[in-house]
Amino acid sequence: MEIKILGTGCPNCITLEKRVRKVVEENAIDAKITIVKDIVDIMAYNIMSTPALVIDEQVKIKGRVPKNEEIINLLKS
Amino acid sequence: MFDWLQNIADFLVFNAFGLVKGSHLAEALNFFIYDTIKILILLFVIIFLMGIVNSYFPIERVKNYLSRKKLYGLEYLMASLFGTVTPFCSCSSVPLFIGFVSGGIPLGVTFAFLVTSPLVNEVAVGLFIGLFGIKTTVIYVVSGVLLGAISGIILQMFKLEKYLSTWVKEILVKAQKDQNEFVQEKQTLKQRIPVITTEALKIIKGILPYLVVGIAVGGLMHGYIPEGFFEQYMSKDNMFAVPISTVLAVPMYSNASGILPVVQVLVAKGIPLGTAIAFMMGVVGLSLPEAMLLKKVMTWKLISIFFGTVTVCIIISGYLFNVIF
Repeated sequence: MEIKILGTGCPNCITLEKRVRKVVEENAIDAKITIVKDIVDIMAYNIMSTPALVIDEQVKIKGRVPKNEEIINLLKS
Repeated sequence: MFDWLQNIADFLVFNAFGLVKGSHLAEALNFFIYDTIKILILLFVIIFLMGIVNSYFPIERVKNYLSRKKLYGLEYLMASLFGTVTPFCSCSSVPLFIGFVSGGIPLGVTFAFLVTSPLVNEVAVGLFIGLFGIKTTVIYVVSGVLLGAISGIILQMFKLEKYLSTWVKEILVKAQKDQNEFVQEKQTLKQRIPVITTEALKIIKGILPYLVVGIAVGGLMHGYIPEGFFEQYMSKDNMFAVPISTVLAVPMYSNASGILPVVQVLVAKGIPLGTAIAFMMGVVGLSLPEAMLLKKVMTWKLISIFFGTVTVCIIISGYLFNVIF
């Protein structure tokens, strides 16, 4: 599983990263986590607000920071 | 509407804490208690209502609407209005800007949105009602929306596309009026309420430190600065007060919650309303951090033209406010 967190570095983006890392670690999920900070790369995903959570190249969440439960559900499905 | 709250504050300060009415500390503390609670209540209500609107009209839908509909000149006003109801984390300015551009939305319309977004938002409106009353709030909102729309129209007239960054220009060329997929979530209002409530509380939690500090500073000023103090230095007749305070304000950034309580006290102590509001608009609406973000999509020349135009519009509103009030 490839997880990408899109964000330019604002507090919300950092929170999302922390939550995702925590969920992955606590649930022993086999995933590679990449943080995408470059705006040109972020735009390739066609989103209008950050942060965004991309799993296996599909944008799952955009413009908000989901709760841990929601992240777990997304990663496990 | 809030008399009951004033009674509670009075009781706490004068009876429970036993402070002397009229003393600096008593007045400051009274102001602090009353204003903090009043504002928190107002903020929650307004943010919650805005949250409902936003749940049905997220940014993708705004973009589709603005790029698809022929609005015959009204699009500037619509963009400005949308700016007020759409929540706007400034780090989203770049994705949003690109999103609008790739949707074929004219630059001026995008600017109208960008100007009004930070200026008129649920936090600012809630604070304004709590600190200045409904009448002033309505005037502020109307002038904020008009300021956005007019700045947008002026900026569109300057034909600034050539000053965009190269990679953005490429997107502009390819702009096929592409529509973001917008699938309205099939949730009833009742189902949306828990999320909207959580979001509202989260926003309030985020601004709480700034708000408390702002009101504390305001409270101290309220209690310790004599009435009419500022009038000696900054009366309405001082022609330079508005431009100077605006220009000073532009590079600064504070969110509305930190600065509005202070502005309210400044006005109460003698600074003309227009001057104070121009200052507040300059601080909240334009800032150095925002300029740094926009640098990724536009050249410095464009940023300066953008900032310059909005600054002039703010200065004009400042003068107008002074004249009307």
